[in-house]
Amino acid sequence: MGEERRRSPPFRTSRWGSCSKRQTARTMLRFIFARLLQSLVALAIISVVVFTLARATGDPLYLILPMSASQEDFDNARRYLGLDRPYVEQYLSFVGRAVTGDFGNSLRARRPVSDLIRERLPNSLKLAVFAMGVSLAMAFPLGVMAAVRKGTGLDRFAQVVSVLGQSLPTFWVAILLVEFVAGRLQWLPAGGIQGFTSYILPGFTLGWFVVAGLMRLLRSGMLEVLDSEYVKLARVKGVGEGRVIWLHALKNALIPVITFAGIYFAILVTTAIVVETVFAWPGLGRLAYEGISSRDFPVIQAVVLTTAAIVAVINLCVDCLYALIDPRIRYAR
Amino acid sequence: MPAEPGVLARPDREAVIPITVERRGLRLPLFSLAMIALFVVAALVAPLLSLPDPTAQSLRARFTPPAWLDGGSREHLLGTDRLGRDLLSRIVWGARVSLAAGVVTVLLASAFGAAVGLAAGYYGGRVDATLMRITDATLSFPVILLALILAVTVGPSFTNVVIAIAVILWARYARVIRGQVLTLMRLDFVAQARLAGAGAWRIITRHLLPNTLGTLLVLVTLQIGYVIIVEASLSFLGAGIPPPTPAWGSMIAEGRDVVTRAWWVSLFPGLAILLVVLAFNLLGDWLRDTFDPKLRQL
Amino acid sequence: MPSPPVSDPVLARAGLPRPIVDVRGLRTHIVTRWGTVKAVDGVSFQVAEGETLGLVGESGSGKSMTCLSLLRLVPRPAARILGGEVWLDGEDLLAKSEREMRAIRGRRIGMILQDPMSSLNPVFSIGMQMREPVALYHGLRGSALAARAAELLAAVRIPAPAERLRAFPHQLSGGMRQRVVGAMAIAAPPRLLIADEPTTSLDLTIQSQYLGLLEELQDRHRLALVFVTHNLGIVARICDRVAVMYAGRIVEMGPVRRLFTRPAHPYTRALLESIPRLGTRATRLTAIEGQPPDLAHLPAGCAFAPRCPSVMERCRVEAPPETVVEAGHVTRCWLEAPARPGDSPGPGAGPAR
Repeated sequence: MGEERRRSPPFRTSRWGSCSKRQTARTMLRFIFARLLQSLVALAIISVVVFTLARATGDPLYLILPMSASQEDFDNARRYLGLDRPYVEQYLSFVGRAVTGDFGNSLRARRPVSDLIRERLPNSLKLAVFAMGVSLAMAFPLGVMAAVRKGTGLDRFAQVVSVLGQSLPTFWVAILLVEFVAGRLQWLPAGGIQGFTSYILPGFTLGWFVVAGLMRLLRSGMLEVLDSEYVKLARVKGVGEGRVIWLHALKNALIPVITFAGIYFAILVTTAIVVETVFAWPGLGRLAYEGISSRDFPVIQAVVLTTAAIVAVINLCVDCLYALIDPRIRYAR
Repeated sequence: MPAEPGVLARPDREAVIPITVERRGLRLPLFSLAMIALFVVAALVAPLLSLPDPTAQSLRARFTPPAWLDGGSREHLLGTDRLGRDLLSRIVWGARVSLAAGVVTVLLASAFGAAVGLAAGYYGGRVDATLMRITDATLSFPVILLALILAVTVGPSFTNVVIAIAVILWARYARVIRGQVLTLMRLDFVAQARLAGAGAWRIITRHLLPNTLGTLLVLVTLQIGYVIIVEASLSFLGAGIPPPTPAWGSMIAEGRDVVTRAWWVSLFPGLAILLVVLAFNLLGDWLRDTFDPKLRQL
Repeated sequence: MPSPPVSDPVLARAGLPRPIVDVRGLRTHIVTRWGTVKAVDGVSFQVAEGETLGLVGESGSGKSMTCLSLLRLVPRPAARILGGEVWLDGEDLLAKSEREMRAIRGRRIGMILQDPMSSLNPVFSIGMQMREPVALYHGLRGSALAARAAELLAAVRIPAPAERLRAFPHQLSGGMRQRVVGAMAIAAPPRLLIADEPTTSLDLTIQSQYLGLLEELQDRHRLALVFVTHNLGIVARICDRVAVMYAGRIVEMGPVRRLFTRPAHPYTRALLESIPRLGTRATRLTAIEGQPPDLAHLPAGCAFAPRCPSVMERCRVEAPPETVVEAGHVTRCWLEAPARPGDSPGPGAGPAR
């Protein structure tokens, strides 16, 4: 964070207007707007890339039409699906419809892709939210207390958890969990969505590495902050230790944590393919996998764009949170 | 008045531990280095070791348990898989794939990413803005999806895995290096170099780059583990290294259906991944603590 | 059973009030990987109401650690207060529990830290950081709380205090921030105010204003003030008495004028000599020879012996005790202690190599 040390500007009366709530809101809005524009540009770039790539996955017609189809059938199908038009035209019409939410029909399922996404996306989101929730609930206490009680058994335990969490291959853990917890012990269901308990195994598997990452971030952030002069001053003022740790110190350590929490959440949503496969979870990841294996352009495009859009939204929220927490960011731009 | 001197001013609950050696002294890197050396050496000399052929199938020897269990044999120390192939041998050969994938990918990504980061940080302005726009867009692209697409398009292969991962991984380096360069640019020695008439290339290579090498080294080490896991995930999904080359991820996938009765088929490859990645992560942590604690965010 | 503080009989005769703070034999050690550092090694002093005691010394002499020890905020777990007594208004702080200390910090002892750029929490507004102690000490709420916070800011001469409450630390200059910290320190108001090099990071022109502010606050609230600094000029201006510290010990303590005109300890003398004087035709600045001591491995005997121009054999062997030079003026130096046969002071004996 090289931007921390900003020279404080000399005091000017006009500055005080910028402290009102209204000015804060206006600054924030300007901020959000700028970021939205950036996200749109990013999305545009991604759409081009994915469009090209999807086209590059090969001719889907070979998978769709039966073996006995004649050349004429191919040509008809091609014309019907609009695959014979020049790429640029295809792209533009794609973008045009995508903006209205129409991603065309799945070549394989013959249903609107948006329907498919509408069915699958919530599942992925729900799982991601669950995993994130569990991870945060575990990472915060662990990370903060590991820093406060540095060097004790708790600290060492937390460090072990952290390093393991980032070294374990998720799918392997998933398989083992399915076998032991669902298979042998029969404590939890092995797959599909059958109620609350089915969230636990996949959620835990997904969230494991998030706990590891966030916890270590919190720990190192808190260690740094706990040594700072302003924490010393808070103690000098006689503020209670609990308040010093959880208010004065934590808020400063939160900033990188929030950034990464956002990144991790995006990762949870978008790369849950593996976990969804192992646990037969009907989510976006599975949809992508199916789409790719059946060369289903519209599905592939839609999934990637949806993914990118989700990531963009998450990044935006993270940036806003960031600005809310750290006033220096707010007033800098 | 408290009876015991030395107990004065003891805090409420903290354990009083004299700060002697840094907790992470020299012990942990030893473990990491040893583990890494073990796997690297094993991978390099695999053809020379007298291991059974990893692709040799033997229906008679299917699902042999590890040597220390009933039914196991000395011939197959870790057991065999569905096709009777020796597990230990496949793991050793799989190490070649995983390590190669990890190292090559990371080297490519870091070289490119560092270049972008250096350029963006040095030139600033529009160059910086454009490069960062591209970097951010890249960062939000899911690696596994891209790799899957490539695998289906061009067919799964080692090269494709490397390309798919590197194409997105560089963005992370670019980001971090750029941040570092921005900090460095504020220091006086850059201004001095400029005053002395040094051109952009000279400043970047002679002044900026050496100062970022420490960060790069840490990042590289930390990312190798990540890449190995991604490669394994891809192989697991069938989009990574194609058979018959042994790859840890596909070995786990193969063992998935029989995990109840032949748990070793999935367990040992996973253990191998865990050990290697753990070793790299610990090493990277130690490097970071030693050279650049400000990088703790990673 | 230790007795409650008795004022220095000399001071009592001089009509000065009883001391608010009475430190006796304070010892704080820090365990580091290079050895045990005796940061505070038997420090004793008193400060009366309305009096300013300067604490002077090089970096590492133990000034800051002494102050932190008074508050029992030594950096744990490496640092520990090992012994001594710290009497504040008749109560021994070292015997108190952590909870009791928390009630004392801020309320009865206030402290101003050195670096204004880092002592305010960057993510909270000035208002929040002001209201917190006020609410804590006086139990105020709502508009009364805000009003009191604004009052405090006004007391430290910050213009437009009510609006300033909404600002964030990074929007204030260094001088302003230090005033805010000062306002927090006197929020209670406390009995003792510790100022740890409060002006070191400020511009010269601001320094003078700040010192004036401190004097005003001290007068208004009858504070005992401990002022840590390495700047003898400041000492001359605002301190009544001064204690010179070296390697964790007080080597000389006495009224300011006395120390400046007739310093007893060679170190004090060296400090005074090293101040460049305008108008003289010196070609070189006088510096104190030698290196600051390695606090983890102090020599036996007087810690200053390796650098002392008047060192004697005895100095290297035995640490000098506190000797009274004159009423109210003490020092730790064999030069002032009653001589033994065989002692020969060696002026210009030179520092040990």
